Amino acid sequence: MTTATPPDAGTLPGRSGGPRALLAAIGGQNLSLIGALAVVVGLFGTLNPNFVGWDNVQVIAEAATISGLLAVVQTVVIICGGLDISVGSQAGLASVTSAMVFTSSGANPYLGIGAALAIGAGIGLFNGVVIIYGRVNPTIATLAGLAAYKGVAQLVSDGRAQGYVLNDPVFVFLSRGKIAGLPTMVWLLILTAVAVHALLTYTDIGRNIYALGGNDTAARLAGINLNKYLIAAYALSGTVAALAGVLLTARTGSGQPVSGSEGLELQSITAAALGGCALKGGKGSIGGTLLAVALLGALQNGLTVQGINAFWQNVAQGALLVAAVVIQQRRNRERAVGLPA
Amino acid sequence: MTTPAPSPVPPSVPSPVPPTSGSPGLSAEGVSKRFGSVQALQDIDLSFPPGRVTALMGENGAGKSTLLRILTGDHRPTEGRVLLDGEALDLHSPIDARRAGIRIIPQEPEIIPHVSVAENVYAGSLPRRSGRRLDRAELRRRITADLARLGFDKVLDPDLIGSELTAAQRQLVEILRALTGAVPPRAIAFDEPTSSLSEHEVEALFTLIGRLRDEGIAVIYVSHRMKEIFRLADRIAVLRDGTLAGVVDAAETDEGELVRLMVGRDLSSLFVRQNVATDRVVLDVRDLTTDDVHGVSLSVRAGEVVALAGLIGAGRSELALALAGDAPIHSGTVALGGEVLRLRNPRAAIAAGIGLAPEERKAQALFLQRTIRDNTSLVSLRRLSRGRFVKRREEKALAQEYADRLRVRAPSIEAEVRTLSGGNQQKVVLARWLARKPDLLILDEPTRGVDIGAKAEIYQIIADLAREGTAVLVISSELPEVLGLADRVVVMQNGRTTGELTRDQATEEAVLALAMADGLATAEDVAATATAQTGETP
Repeated sequence: MTTATPPDAGTLPGRSGGPRALLAAIGGQNLSLIGALAVVVGLFGTLNPNFVGWDNVQVIAEAATISGLLAVVQTVVIICGGLDISVGSQAGLASVTSAMVFTSSGANPYLGIGAALAIGAGIGLFNGVVIIYGRVNPTIATLAGLAAYKGVAQLVSDGRAQGYVLNDPVFVFLSRGKIAGLPTMVWLLILTAVAVHALLTYTDIGRNIYALGGNDTAARLAGINLNKYLIAAYALSGTVAALAGVLLTARTGSGQPVSGSEGLELQSITAAALGGCALKGGKGSIGGTLLAVALLGALQNGLTVQGINAFWQNVAQGALLVAAVVIQQRRNRERAVGLPA
Repeated sequence: MTTPAPSPVPPSVPSPVPPTSGSPGLSAEGVSKRFGSVQALQDIDLSFPPGRVTALMGENGAGKSTLLRILTGDHRPTEGRVLLDGEALDLHSPIDARRAGIRIIPQEPEIIPHVSVAENVYAGSLPRRSGRRLDRAELRRRITADLARLGFDKVLDPDLIGSELTAAQRQLVEILRALTGAVPPRAIAFDEPTSSLSEHEVEALFTLIGRLRDEGIAVIYVSHRMKEIFRLADRIAVLRDGTLAGVVDAAETDEGELVRLMVGRDLSSLFVRQNVATDRVVLDVRDLTTDDVHGVSLSVRAGEVVALAGLIGAGRSELALALAGDAPIHSGTVALGGEVLRLRNPRAAIAAGIGLAPEERKAQALFLQRTIRDNTSLVSLRRLSRGRFVKRREEKALAQEYADRLRVRAPSIEAEVRTLSGGNQQKVVLARWLARKPDLLILDEPTRGVDIGAKAEIYQIIADLAREGTAVLVISSELPEVLGLADRVVVMQNGRTTGELTRDQATEEAVLALAMADGLATAEDVAATATAQTGETP
């Protein structure tokens, strides 16, 4: 650790190096996720050695990219004390938008992608404005969005897949391209995650986000402009959801109003909660969320490889989420009185 | 269905008081209560005989509420026991106390907002018909009968919805809850019942209390208001610092003796006496009016410690929040260093150089899941950042410096604040503002819930701040603290200043007299002190 502890450190020693500090830096939540991941990998790896092969790992990573992107921004929104359950619908609308604008602009991929991202940012901004200035509970506001944005996507697309994009090199690069041996999509996830992680951990913006989610009254009295931060968080959520929508278009070859994006909100919230986000806000990390995304991805892939019914995968995901939150509440010694926070 | 007739449970004089060994009525025997390291009550022996009104007095934090909570089953005593007619009660919850006939009218009535008065009154024991269906006819019969019996039929419409009730009506609902039920009441505690009532409503309440007493109920009456206490009480019990300072007969005492019983503690050795106030006025408030504060004027000079004294609810914290930019200002001005401020939000106040360590440190100041470092640096982040990236090394150095200076006891500055004791948490709040170096620092109850050692350290911190030229405004409900810290004391009541005392004038009796002054008789005093004090402002 880089602590420059003054030689005569008074009552408070700075954090010193060593394995204990490393463990503390990783955190208990993340350690248990790593443990669970090891169990899953060990189990499925024993059942089928191909599970841990490089090819399958790439398959897992690619499959987890879209939900991973949404989980990363969901983490930011949840740390703020909010929730965005409209991300899946936003991704669907962005997917349709990218393909339709691409087609109608004479196959200009940049216009298609740009329009999708702009729509996403706009919707996110709108969500934030409704929540902040309409004083609507975030869950209700984005629940309304979940229905409405899906409806808009179905309206503009007539409920059908739109356009075909895989004749364009940009979309092909997004879906199948590789940089330094890793798929482009996975790079996008890594870049987004690193950027958001840096934002949360190393900037005053991040500190303020943790502060306002942890205690909004105290944050206000410390001079933090809550409205600005919350609206920005939802705008970020919308933009990244749109990026996920563009990747969905690239993967499937056409704009999908519903297919592929439905249920992404649940996956992203599951990953964030599993990764240690407290749903009342103020707590969570990108590292934990990514570990949870990896765990969920490995579990899903492993079950598929073993030929287990897809319905069971849903059951497994739900069970994992409840178990994770119960353990988390136990660890926080949540008092068993009243409604759980 | 088990109650066939409209059973207006008669208030029936609990006629034959069972002859037992102990004293009749409700009593506490050797009751002590400890919260963590704080001794809230120490060996209280106190009885509340039937047919008498026993007033319970004491400064804020003296232990009145804790004692009430123990008597009514909300807290379990660490030691000692509660007896009713000489028999020990084993109270595990307020329900047990209610079954035993012990009732409380809380200061803040608990009203269920979206149901009717009738359902509010009988919540938990609503009349049912076969199965679990609500018996509305029976409910109406009961409420009508009970309202008539208690003389409330003209003041309370049983069909009103909880959220529509006025403060007085809410209290009536609580009183109805206490007086109804299967077990007739034996002891009723009123916790500052008049704080939100109008004069007329107070009269009605007093009549009712008189009736309850005549019916042989033991009445416990908690209040700060001397006039009321002398009108109502037969006996007056005074608590001080969690011990029973004395029980006196209301007919044989006077205000002076009560005040002497309530205060009279020696903390003066903890205080640092110095005279570093300068002539430079830092804060100058003129005729400030907000929702809760009315026409307040005051000033604080550099290096001066001004205490805002008064009872809880006097508007001191509301004034502090207004100065910190968190309450809309309707009229009046706030100037800092001669410059009139526009306090639209806390951000503007902080930028101008005002810091507030608020009353409820956990709810209003701290981020319990974050580290000492995070909590300390929060309002200084821009100074510690390049671009928007926080310079970790400098942030750590800053947090370490102030943690050392304020002697925060924790394993490291990376410890989460929730793991610290109350005193150390308060020091973290202070560290945050000290690191920011504001021109004016407002400290609202800086030593509440803090042990005596940490208190002394906080007093030293305040003295150091003043020596460095900071203007300090301290809000405290502890009189010895007010007198020990302040160069000047401003007293508030009901959102107005009722007087201003120099260090020489400020005695506990003088402050209490201004804080408890009844009515507006002190308007002239305010005018007098205001003219006397404004002579030296530029």
